[in-house]
This record gives sequence, structure tokens and C-alpha cells, in this order.
Amino acid sequence: MSFDRNRLKTSDNARASRRPIMPKAQQDAYQEFIKGLWRDNPVFVQVLGMCPILAVTNSAVNALAMGGATFFVLVTSSFLVSSLKRWIPRQVRISTYVIIIATFVTVTDFALQALVPQIHKELGAFIPLIVVNCMILGRQEAFASKNSVRLAVVDALGMASGFLFALFALGGVREILGEGRFFGIDLFGPEFEPWVIMILPPGGFLTLGLLLLFFSWVKERKEQLAERLADMQGEPS
Amino acid sequence: MSNLVWIFVSALLINNFVLSYFLGLCPFLGVSGKLETSFRLGLATVFVMLITALCAWFLNTYILIHAPYLRLISFIVVIASTVQFIEMLIKRLSPHLFKALGIFLPLITTNCAILGLAIFSTNKGYGLAQGMIYALGAGLGFTLALVLMAGLREESELAPVPRLMRGTALNLIIAGILSMAFMGFAGLFSAA
Repeated sequence: MSFDRNRLKTSDNARASRRPIMPKAQQDAYQEFIKGLWRDNPVFVQVLGMCPILAVTNSAVNALAMGGATFFVLVTSSFLVSSLKRWIPRQVRISTYVIIIATFVTVTDFALQALVPQIHKELGAFIPLIVVNCMILGRQEAFASKNSVRLAVVDALGMASGFLFALFALGGVREILGEGRFFGIDLFGPEFEPWVIMILPPGGFLTLGLLLLFFSWVKERKEQLAERLADMQGEPS
Repeated sequence: MSNLVWIFVSALLINNFVLSYFLGLCPFLGVSGKLETSFRLGLATVFVMLITALCAWFLNTYILIHAPYLRLISFIVVIASTVQFIEMLIKRLSPHLFKALGIFLPLITTNCAILGLAIFSTNKGYGLAQGMIYALGAGLGFTLALVLMAGLREESELAPVPRLMRGTALNLIIAGILSMAFMGFAGLFSAA
């Protein structure tokens, strides 16, 4: 979690350099939201919370259910942690966060079991395992425990949306290639030979590896472009 | 007896926690830079797993029958205190190792493999002996995956890999290939 905090610092600097014109409070909130969704995406940039990312993304529906559950847990625990931050003693803060998170996960677990038993069965033990998703604990430690309730909730919303987006991207790719279907709808017709490997465990590693590669390529291109632009502006024409 | 052997081999190779259940990926990707460190972290994890399995069995048999909704919270509290204990022990016995493991030692608490182990063995209804064997197999399987990965990564440091590819992307693809190799073990016991 120490490296998470460093990342937060660099993103603060980045935020100061480019600001859209908006009222201050609103623009801060907006920046916190976008940060989680794209620039500091918990999965593609920070590489946190990997276990659920790979384990349940063999279909888009499972990915969405898992993302939704994580979304609920992250937002509610961020809210509670930042509301209680004045009363949590420093020495036992991590245990306190974990117990708060575990409470919300238990709630989610029972709710899913009652509402959508089929999906609950497929996700199996991975719903309780949200407790140990390092992304959630990381947000409490790095952000919610230091900021106002409003900012903490916005940050949690952003991070959770980023997580949901990543899960969905991975689940979509794996379902389309592995079964030739998307949300259970056949896409390629009967001649398509599904890449079974994609829905098996190795496919998860490979897909995420390639997606990370793609993201770092995009980032590299963007930097090169910015450099060239700066060069062009510097030269007298 | 053959049942116990089956549970052990299954947890060790066929349903390897890291490579087929995707549990414990954070240390798997984070600490696997050096062979020596990863081996010792693996052993610490085995120890925590064994204690967790023991406590989980005790909690399941005597307490959680009366209050099943406390399962998650009580498991995580047990794991956190065990890890705290190990941390103090390692700090005392080998400060060097303590430094090498760094942040990943307290993070054993959030290693999903350990909570996963407690939940899986509860779901499967294992007794004490079965649970302990399962924990041993899973822990050794975790260590095996970690050590294999560390070896491969040490080699890949020297290989001429494109710059963009370096880091997590490459590690994930290596893990994918390793996982594919482990799928071969699935045929190991089908004949028996």
C-alpha cells in the first residue's frame, strides 16, 4: 500500500497542472472521479485486486455481478471509514477497516444469495473473498481515512467504476473469444471454433497481460505525441 | 488414506491455488523477483495456512454453528492475528528476511489464498485431518508456483525483451504459460 500512496502524490501534481474551468469543489470531485476511472485505474494502472479480476471474468455477466458487488462494498466502506475517521485509533486502523469491509461483504453475500441465487452459485467463494481485495483496503488507507466524506465517496465511486470497467472489459473479451458469445447471444454463427483456452485459467492471465500491454502502448504513444507537439511549438516556423 | 493423498495432490498440482484458482496473485506477482525471498515467503504462508486451517475447523465446529453470519469476520480476525504473530517472530529471528519481505509480510493478511483456503475447506465440509492436509497441499502448491515464477523471472531479466513488454505484462504472460503447463496435471488421476 506504500506504493499506492506515492501514486496518489504524483496524481495530485498532475491534477494541479491541468484544470478544467469549474467551481472549485465541483472540479475537485470531478478530478477524483476521473482519476479512478481512467488515469489511476485500479486494475490497468495500479495492478491491484487481481484475484477476482482473473477468477470470475470468464463471462460478461459474472464480471458485472462481481463488479457490482465490489462497487457496493467499496462505496459503503469508504463512506463509513471517512465518517468514523476521527474515532478510529491509529494503531488498530487496519483491523478496523478490515472488519468494516467484512461486514459489508457479509451483507452483499447474503443479499446476492437471496436475490440472484444462480449467479451467487457461479461466483461461489469469490464473493466472500472481496474482503481481501487489496484495492478496497488500499483506498481506505490511502484516501478515505484522510479526506472528507464527500470526496471519499466520490473517490470510491471513481475507483469502483474503474474496477467495474476493467472487469467488464476482461469478461467481455474472454466470453467473446472463448465461447463466441456475448451476454449469451451467439455472435459468429456455428462455424466459429471457440478458443476454449480463453475461458480456462491460462486465458485470464494471457488476456490481462495483453490488455496491460495495450494500455502501456497507448500511454507511450500519447507521450511521444505530446513530445512531438512540444517540439513543433518550440521551433520557429 | 487414499482420500487424503488425493486431497493433497489435488491442492498441490491439479487445482493449484495460484495457477488455477487465481488466489494469492498479489504476492505471486509482487515478491517473485528473487528465488530466495519467494521461497521463504512461501514457507511463511504455509505456516499461516496450517494455523488458519486448525482455527477454521475449531470455529466451524464449536462456534459458527450458532452464528453462521460471523464466519467471514471471525476468519479474517484469526488470520490477521496469526500474521501479526508471524511478523513478530520473523522480526526477532531473522531481521534480514524481515527487511527483504517488507510490505508483503503484513500483506499476507490480505492474501486471498489464505481466506480462500478457510472458505473452500468449509464449503467442502472437510474434517480436521482433511483440512490440515488440504492446507499443507495448498500452501506447498503456492510455494511451488512462487518459486517457479521467481526462477522464470530471474531468467527473463536477462532476455532481450522489448521495453514496453517488461514488467507486469510480461509476468502475466509467463504466468499464463505456466498455468497452461499445470493444466496438464488435470489428467493425472482421471484413470484411477
